[in-house]
Amino acid sequence: MNITLNGKEKEIAENTSVENLVNELKLKDTPIVAEISGKIIKPENYSSAILEEGNIVELIRFVGGG
Amino acid sequence: MSLIIANTKLKSRLLVGTGKFSSTEVMKAAIDATETSMVTVALRRVDLENEQDDMLGAIDRAKYILLPNTSGARNADEAVRLARLARAAGCGEWIKLEVTPDPRYLLPDPIETLKAAEILVKEGFIVLPYINADPVLAKYLEEAGTATVMPLGAPIGSNRGIRTKDSIRIIIENANVPVVVDAGLGAPSHAAEAMEMGADAVLVNTAIAVADDPVKMATAFKLAVKAGRIAYESGLGEVKATASASSPLTGFLNE
Repeated sequence: MNITLNGKEKEIAENTSVENLVNELKLKDTPIVAEISGKIIKPENYSSAILEEGNIVELIRFVGGG
Repeated sequence: MSLIIANTKLKSRLLVGTGKFSSTEVMKAAIDATETSMVTVALRRVDLENEQDDMLGAIDRAKYILLPNTSGARNADEAVRLARLARAAGCGEWIKLEVTPDPRYLLPDPIETLKAAEILVKEGFIVLPYINADPVLAKYLEEAGTATVMPLGAPIGSNRGIRTKDSIRIIIENANVPVVVDAGLGAPSHAAEAMEMGADAVLVNTAIAVADDPVKMATAFKLAVKAGRIAYESGLGEVKATASASSPLTGFLNE
């Protein structure tokens, strides 16, 4: 199935959780926050958040800023 | 007397931004040199094609309070969304609210900023809004419950110094919350000037980050902020149009 990840189409397996996705992208140890179709998912809920077809997923991180 | 924002005592009156540094190492060393208590950070999409430094990991959270900003937000809705994301990422309740619809001058939108501030205060955020130096808007924000007001000296990153002096003076005179002069401070003398005027703090990023030696410039800003504050507390002399002799005029040369 397909999701939109940070603005780009991505194919993922059925029943992929946010945790699976984060691990696959090697972002496990980076402080990030996920948003699925406008809903914020806290890191403690990554394993129970299962992605669905057409989800718009945003993975956000901290960068330098003033 | 220390600076207190939202019941939190801050040892330093210099808030520091973390953007535009040439590397995470230089940023870390410069922040340490400022002896600041609070650093700003921004939120962006993870770049999935290029590996990035974990800049957050370089900031000692025991030493510095993180102040995430809502930079990039063009309206109240986007700012509120960014603030909620920052809080969900475990950054606490602090938020530097900035809503800048126009990319050329990055001037803050007063109406959307006030709208976002009202929402965020209700949601329990500690809101530090970046505003144009508008004394009436500053009052509205204070009444909405923001923890500070942060009027600009000049456009972000312009290094032009305090071009809004008269309005900032009025904001300082009227404010019941700390006034943090933010944006445009391009030299330590600009920061000192803001402090001499009675600003409670300043926020500096570009001037430190783009210096040839950011760590040394960080020290210069630290000292300037301290000097300006001490001068303010000491009470500056009156500005006059004519001379007033420093040496006693005994008059014997004319006798």
